[in-house]
Parts: sequence; C-alpha cells; structure tokens
Amino acid sequence: MERLTTLAKYGAVTLVTFVLVAGIAIPLSPSPQSWLEFPVIPGLEDKARNIFFHVPMAWTTVVAFLSAMFFGIQYLRKRDLDYDIRSVSAAGLGLLFCALATVTGAWWAKFNWGSFWNWDPRQTSIFILLLIYGAYFALRSALDSEEKRARLSAVYASIAGLTVPFLIFVMPRLMTGLHPGAKGDIEGKGPVIELKIATNMLVIFLIALTGFMLLYFWMYHLRVRLARCEHHLEQARADHGSVPA
Amino acid sequence: MSAWSSTYALLLKDVRSELRTRYAVNALVMFVVTAVVIVLFALRTDQPTSAMLAGFFWVVVFFAAMSGLSRTFVSEEERGTTMTLQLVASPSVVYFGKLLFNISLTLLLTCAITVLFVLVFPGFIVRSVETFLLTVFLGSVGLASASTILAAIIAKANARGTLYPVLSFPVLIPLLMTVMKATAGALEGDSIAQSLGEFQILISYIMVMTAGSYLLFDSVWND
Repeated sequence: MERLTTLAKYGAVTLVTFVLVAGIAIPLSPSPQSWLEFPVIPGLEDKARNIFFHVPMAWTTVVAFLSAMFFGIQYLRKRDLDYDIRSVSAAGLGLLFCALATVTGAWWAKFNWGSFWNWDPRQTSIFILLLIYGAYFALRSALDSEEKRARLSAVYASIAGLTVPFLIFVMPRLMTGLHPGAKGDIEGKGPVIELKIATNMLVIFLIALTGFMLLYFWMYHLRVRLARCEHHLEQARADHGSVPA
Repeated sequence: MSAWSSTYALLLKDVRSELRTRYAVNALVMFVVTAVVIVLFALRTDQPTSAMLAGFFWVVVFFAAMSGLSRTFVSEEERGTTMTLQLVASPSVVYFGKLLFNISLTLLLTCAITVLFVLVFPGFIVRSVETFLLTVFLGSVGLASASTILAAIIAKANARGTLYPVLSFPVLIPLLMTVMKATAGALEGDSIAQSLGEFQILISYIMVMTAGSYLLFDSVWND
C-alpha cells in the first residue's frame, strides 16, 4: 500500500505537470499537421483547453462521492470505524474537487455561454452535489457520538446517492442544456456523450484524467492516514486522560 | 399480529396522538396561512403566470412539510418512547407506519393549500383537474417517501429544526422540479397523456426512495 501511494504521488505530480505544460503550451492551428498542434474549433479556440482541467475535476468529484457512499455502506455492513474514516476522507476531497469543477466550469461558461450560471442540467447537478456535500458535513457536525455520526452520515450518503440516476438521466429531460449530449444538441445522442475530439487532444485528456485520479488517490491516502492518527490520539486521550509520549 | 395489522396499529396510534395534541396540524395550518399571505403581499395586484403559481404552490408545500413531517420521529425522541417502540415493533413496521402517517399528513396539507390557492389567487385555475390531482397525489407521496427516513436521521441529531430542510432539499430537487413542471402543465390544461413523462419520473422516484429507505431504516432506527 505504501509503495502504491508513493507511485500515485510521483505519477500525479508528473502527469498533472505534463498536462499543465502540454495543455496550455501546444499551439492551435487551423489545419494541424503534426502532433504538436491542436485544431482550431470555431467558437471555442483557446477556451477548448478547459477540457483538460474541468472535466477531470468533475470526474474526480463523482468518483469521490461514489467512494464515500461505498465506504459508508461498508461501514453499515461491518461497523468498523475505519470505513467511516475512509468515507469522510473521500467526501472531504469530493467537496474540494466539486468546488474546483464548479468554479472552472462557471468561469469558462462566462466566456463561452455568456454568463457564469445558466441552470443547464449539468450545472444543476453539480450544484445539487455541492448541496449534498454541504448537508453531509452539516449533519456530521450535529451528531455527538462517533458511532452515531458514522452510521447516520453513511445512511444519508446512500439516500443522497439514490438521486444520482435522476440527475444523470432525468434532469436533461426536464430542461434544455448547453453541455454536449444534452437535449437539443444536434450532434448529441442523449446522456451518453460521443467523444468528437482530435487524437492528440484525446491523449492529453486521458493523461489528465489519469493524473487527476492519481492525485485524488494520493491526497485520499494522506487524509486517511491523518484521520487515523487523529482517531488514535483521541482514543489515547480518552483512555489515559493525557497524550502518551 | 401480522405486519399489516401492526403497521395499521402504529398509524392509528400516531393519528390518535396527533388528534389529541394537534401539534403538527396547528403549526402547519398557521405556517401555510403565513406563507400564502407573504406571497400575496409580495405580488399585490400582479397576475403571476401558471409556472410562477406552480412554483409558489410547491415552495409552500415544501417548507410546510419540512416544518411538520419531522414531528413523527422527533416526538418519539422527546417523549422518550423510542425504546418502547423498538421493543414492540420491528423496524420495517415502524418505517411503514410512519411513512403512511406522513403521506396522509402531506396529502392533507396539499389539499388545504390547493383550496387556499384557488380561493386567494384568481389566476390559479386548474384547467385539467385529473392531471392536477394525480400530480398532487404523486408529489405528496414522493415528498413523504423521501423525507420520512431523513426525519428519522434528524431525530437523533442536535439542531433538528434547521438541519431538516438542509438535508431534504438536495434529495428532493428532482421531485420538486418534476412536480412544478407537471403542475404548471395541469394549470395550462395538459392532459394526463401529455404529462405521462413526468408521472413516470414521479413513480420511479417514489419506488426508489421507498425501497432505499426500507433497506436503510434498520441502521437508523436501531442504536
């Protein structure tokens, strides 16, 4: 596990740095000849580079939420507080990446769609996800006993997780959207997005996705280790009345 | 006793204790009147559109439900009767008894709000009665099905009153958006066939929330 974390650390730093450099520095060209030129997409131009940062962040948010829910359910099954530590660590990172994805998305939308916020189905979904994370931490702070906090927040995460299929499949039916794949998109085919992207951009996008996943994994492990230490310290305090040397 | 009759007994017990104290009902009636009057003051002589009226309608229903539905579990905690209930009834019986009570309370609430809206808003004319009734019915059942387990969670926490809408809102957004759209359609005169898509969403939402709550209720109820 220790070696995996180290690997994730170096992988994340290398890949994210690579994406930062390549994603920003590679020039656009109307008719790309080599691998070191991105095609110009009319209406998007340089703003297309946001795909390397915004989409992996949104992806990481969802992965973090699903793993918080998964570890929550594991806690309910096995009643081992370590699962709660994992669940809350994943949720904390999820909140961070959710805020980042919302900000990068809104910022990009200001220049491409004309306003920071348009209540497009995906924007609504990520707003709801932010609310769910907020409610999750509000609930946790309102519960005193450790066991109760773990149990009830796991139940809440699962109940909130039940809305995910509605957000993915139902929301786009209720409102017109601006994201690719939404209702009204001539090229879109429903909620499943068909990737129409130049090969070199796709490669960098996939590297970005891997980089962000590794970054998440590394940060998640740091948080879990820290939370475990804090948990032991608290128990030691409760047992001995003072901190052991 | 079979599961059905004990669920019914639990529902009857809740109805009886509610009729004796009238805690939830009194608070709800006053809440609804206050909320509607505030909307009236804000609008003055303006004539709102159907979509706006449908929005106001469900805003009032949502916040009224948030102030009333948690009573079922909070009152058990406050009176210290939770443990007795844990002894005499299985968790699924408790869940479905409370769910039925909350569904009846929400239905009563939406009926009262409908009557009030028809009386005070000249623009609130239901052009398609059967679509409206079906929407309100499914919306009330959906609201109760999602918020009953959250009420059980809330009853164990501190700061119950403020936390309840915070927890419920994200879970209820898909439902609220659907019912608002269907209600606006019903006011405009959409037939049931035209709103079939919304009804499908509502029914699947009710199914998913009830099944999920049933599976998870054990872990909330038993300490």
